[in-house]
Order: sequence, then structure tokens, then C-alpha cells
Amino acid sequence: MSRTARLLMFGVGAAGLGVVLVYGLGGIPAFGHYQGVYGRVLDGIGVAQRHATDLVTGLNFDFRAFDTLGEEFILFASVLGIVLILREMRDEHERPRQEEADEHQFAGASSALRALALGLIPSMIALGVYIVVHGQITPGGGFQGGVILATGPLVAFLSGRYLRMKALAPHTIIELGDAAGAMGYALIGLGGLVFVGVFFKNFLPLGIPGHLLSAGQIDVASVAVGLEVSGAFLVGWSEFFDQAILVRPEGDR
Amino acid sequence: MSFLPYAVAAWLFLIGLYGIVSTRNLVCAILSLTVVQSATYVVLLAIGYTNGGQAPIFADIPQVTKTVDPVVQVLVLTDIVIEATVSAMLLALAVQAYKRFGSLDPQDLRALRD
Amino acid sequence: MTVLQIAALAAVALGGGAVVAAKDPLRQALVLSIYGLALTMLFFVFQAPDVALSEIVVSTVGLPVMLLLALRKIREHERARREEDR
Repeated sequence: MSRTARLLMFGVGAAGLGVVLVYGLGGIPAFGHYQGVYGRVLDGIGVAQRHATDLVTGLNFDFRAFDTLGEEFILFASVLGIVLILREMRDEHERPRQEEADEHQFAGASSALRALALGLIPSMIALGVYIVVHGQITPGGGFQGGVILATGPLVAFLSGRYLRMKALAPHTIIELGDAAGAMGYALIGLGGLVFVGVFFKNFLPLGIPGHLLSAGQIDVASVAVGLEVSGAFLVGWSEFFDQAILVRPEGDR
Repeated sequence: MSFLPYAVAAWLFLIGLYGIVSTRNLVCAILSLTVVQSATYVVLLAIGYTNGGQAPIFADIPQVTKTVDPVVQVLVLTDIVIEATVSAMLLALAVQAYKRFGSLDPQDLRALRD
Repeated sequence: MTVLQIAALAAVALGGGAVVAAKDPLRQALVLSIYGLALTMLFFVFQAPDVALSEIVVSTVGLPVMLLLALRKIREHERARREEDR
């Protein structure tokens, strides 16, 4: 089918879809006049029942922890997919270490850039850990903090050398972190099943709302998810890095 | 005026679909998919908003203040991180397709049928 | 609806159009980062700080890194292929 015919058919379909969308969205209660009951109930009882002042993270890892389990395993599966798709094919090979060690240093990587990176890497890791651990008190949590944690080793790459990033985040450790995070989250759910009788029901002490060690399983779940998300992003980045920098088609010297 | 968020969401959805259909480059199609996804985020957050509502963080406001709906925020929050990884998997597929077929044009990927 | 919300919605609508209108993938990657910032502002004025935090870390660092690496790989492959055709 030619391109113009395809675009014409799309135009007709999009017009119909647009009409249906506007009609459907017009039936929703007007913007600002929220009418749901679930949200109001959770507002009232959320902090009292779970001792978590950040209600969104509390919902994410406690009231709706089962949904988060599904989402987390989507993340795991798609990173697994990246690793499988970008595996070394039969007609490619990875360059020997010495060659790329000499080559992959950016021309403009001055010592000023490296000094800046030296200051940035621990700050990024500290910020990531802070946001992961304080998920139940202030905006934050496992998902956001995990991505910030993953940018620590990335700064090592940006300051000039790919091998430094590999030294900071070697393949085995990030894959272990990813798997440990996923397993940890599932174990929390199983812990609820074993100790209290309901999958994902809280079995850890609740503590005082607003303190660091409060809200029971939310803190532990946040750490597990942060580990998994940072591991997943680092594995994905490493696969793309390997493809872009290391893997060469056979016969290319 | 109160229909504006939903109108913007419908616009994003349709323009993203147009981007996927009309592009000659697989990577551009994947990025237009990101625009389509963001339309759903706008709709969900617009549904949960109440006039005069605060953010659902009770660290420094009393328990009885009116807040926006926290449940839709949970859905959107996890969705953003997950869809980034799924887009990365699509990018990996595009890279392998380029290696196999030598082109990123969706028309040229017909070789699968032969 | 406050003025900030209307402005954020307008910025998001324009950004979405700009992402689709950019033809070159490299240019589109940069426009996508700016679109992510516009979305972050929108989530912020809709009283959703967790969502804004999630969107800003993903759209400034999470996705563009993989995108740029994929584009580099494709460009190098293209160059290698052109050299061996010669």
C-alpha cells in the first residue's frame, strides 16, 4: 500500500477516533470536581493505618503492593529482553581489552572534568540512597531513587572512560543487584503470607509516622525496588554501551 | 475551559499516532510512542484533580486537608519508569533490525516475509 | 483552573507536536528531553510531586542515554557498511 493511501486511511480513522475520544472524555466529571470514593477514604485512613506520611508511596508499596509486583516484573522482563536481543551474534566479536582501553577516552576529557566527576559520583549515590530510603516520608521511593542511583556510574563514563564505568559497576554485580531486588520484593509478599496469612500484608513493626524507620514493609520494599530499578537501568545501559563501543562485525580491525 | 486537559490528552494521542504512521525511521516511531503514552498520564492525573486540593503528602499538613486523588498518581508513577525500559527494548529491536536489514525504514523490513 | 495549569497544558501540547515534527532522530531526542521537562511542570502544577520526580529522572537521563547509544551504534554500522561497499 502506498504511503499516501496509508496516510489517507489513517486520516479517516483518526477523525473517527477523535470523535469517540472527545465524546468519551466529555462524559467524565468536569476537571476539578473529583467524585471518587476510594481516594477520599484512603486520605482519611492512610496515615493512621500505615504510619506513612507520603500517601502515594504508601499506596504503591502497601495498599496496592500487588500491582507494583506486576509492574516490577515487567521491568525485569524487558531488561531480560534487552540482554537477549543484544547478545553477541555469530558474526560479531568483542574487541580485545587493550585496544579499547587505549582508544575510548574522549579527546576533551581534561582533569577538570575528571575532578568534577569525582565530586559528582558520591553525591549522586548519596542523593539516590536518600530518596530511596525516605520514600515513606517525603516524595520519593524506590522507582525514582533507583534511577538516580544508576546515574552514579554513568557519570564515571561521561568523565571520559568507559572502562571506569565497568569498574564501578561490573556486569556480575549489577545483574546480581537487579535479581536480588526483584527477589527481595517477592519475598516481602511471601513474608506477609507466612507470618500474617495474607500475601503482602504488613508484618513489620509500624513505628512513628514521620520517622525514618516507620511504615513497616514500605521502607524495605522501597529499598528492594530501588535496587532492582538501578540494577535494571545499569544492565540496559551496559548492553547498549557494549553494542556501541565494544562489539564489532567480524573482519573489522 | 475545564475540558482543556482532556482536549490536550486527545491531541497528544492523535498526534503521536500520526507520528508512528507517517515516519520513515523506526527510531522516530518509538519516540512518537512516548508521546502517545504521555497522553494517558495527562488523562489520569486530570481525573484525580480536585479544585483547591493539595499534594497527598501529610508530612507537614494536618490530616484533614483536602488532597488530590493519590491512587491515579500511583498508577502513573510506576508506569513512567516501566515504559522507559520497554522503549529501550524496542530500541534494541530497532538496532538488531538495522544490523539485519541495513535500513531503518519500516517499508524495507518486508524482507521478513520472503 | 489556574493560569499556571493552562500554561503548562499549552506547553505540553506544543511539545508533543514538536516531538512528532522533528524528523531527524537525534534532534527528536533533544526535543523529547525538553518535552519531558514540560510534562514535569504539568505534573507539578497538578499537585503530583512523586510523579514529577519520576518523570524528570526518566526523561532527562533514563531514556536519552539508551537512545543516543542506539543512534551511535546505527551510525557506526552505517559507516562500516559504506566502507566495505567501496
